[in-house]
Amino acid sequence: MKRRTFIFVLAALLACTAQAQNRSGLEFASEEIRRLQASDAENPGMLWVDQGAKLFAQKCASCHVSMKGVAARYPAVENGRIVTLEGKIRHKEAFAYESDELLALTSYVAHQSRGMPIQAKISEKDVQKGNTAYYQRRGQMNLACAHCHEQNWGKHLGAETLSQGQPNGYPAYRLEWQKMGSLERRIRACMFGLHAELPAYGSDAMLELELFLAWRASGLPIETPAVRR
Amino acid sequence: MRAAVLLFLPVVAFAGDPAKGKEIVLGRGDGNCLLCHAIPGADRTAGNLGPSLSGVGSRFSPGQLRSRLIDASRFNPKSAMPPYGRVEGLHAVAPQYRGKPLLTDQEIEDAVAFMLTLK
Repeated sequence: MKRRTFIFVLAALLACTAQAQNRSGLEFASEEIRRLQASDAENPGMLWVDQGAKLFAQKCASCHVSMKGVAARYPAVENGRIVTLEGKIRHKEAFAYESDELLALTSYVAHQSRGMPIQAKISEKDVQKGNTAYYQRRGQMNLACAHCHEQNWGKHLGAETLSQGQPNGYPAYRLEWQKMGSLERRIRACMFGLHAELPAYGSDAMLELELFLAWRASGLPIETPAVRR
Repeated sequence: MRAAVLLFLPVVAFAGDPAKGKEIVLGRGDGNCLLCHAIPGADRTAGNLGPSLSGVGSRFSPGQLRSRLIDASRFNPKSAMPPYGRVEGLHAVAPQYRGKPLLTDQEIEDAVAFMLTLK
């Protein structure tokens, strides 16, 4: 009896730990997608990384050498403003959001931090607005991010498995897009599904949400270029 | 307001068509209940965010089913079920959907009529 109680308590504790743990979208992906991501020769996202290396040599190498570890520190709050990796890369030349150039450069820079844990220096105060937005019901579907990605991750939405909606793979190659895309594009795809207003690329609402997601994802390894469905 | 009025209408006010309701509940349109619920008679993979609808016609009255379709969050504030008949008080709805419910009153009655067959 006592032993049984002990095992029960142990199992309950383990379940609690698992609940609290951050899990990359990779853990919810199919075998095929995991295999694609694992092999640089097969991962289609590597095309953008290679393209980014060329662009970096042309446009950035006069000032910058290694970008290792940089992506792990973004998004960040700089002089009171939220700056994403994309935003930082646009400091010299304002490439259009979702342009091949910006995706390639971002992928190249983020790839240099692959495997490094997200460790953005963000305080709880910094993420207050994003935190509120995350729990705000929105759209005709009247759902908040948290309804799927906090309350119900691991469950099935039709044939798909709901992930925690972690940002550590982005920019990522999505099979649905047949190309690389940013976290902002992915967030807009969720909002579209909710029949909600789409926050504009680089808008305050978008940046606040991204900052909150990075804070929430602290410690998860960067996977760029991740492959997702 | 519309939803509130609907809640108190007797079930005979809009006769529901269970055959049409079956299409709404099992189809991929704006009902798409299979995304979250296992449902007898389904021909594709069901989700499991919500409970199975098996036997739902025995467990709930028509009025209870209708009011849950209109706005499930009225019964469970944390519910992840979209409000199929409520349009008021929603936040940041995309312009093309503003003021429009996911299902019309008639579609909700049809869905209820089908669910009542799930004994």
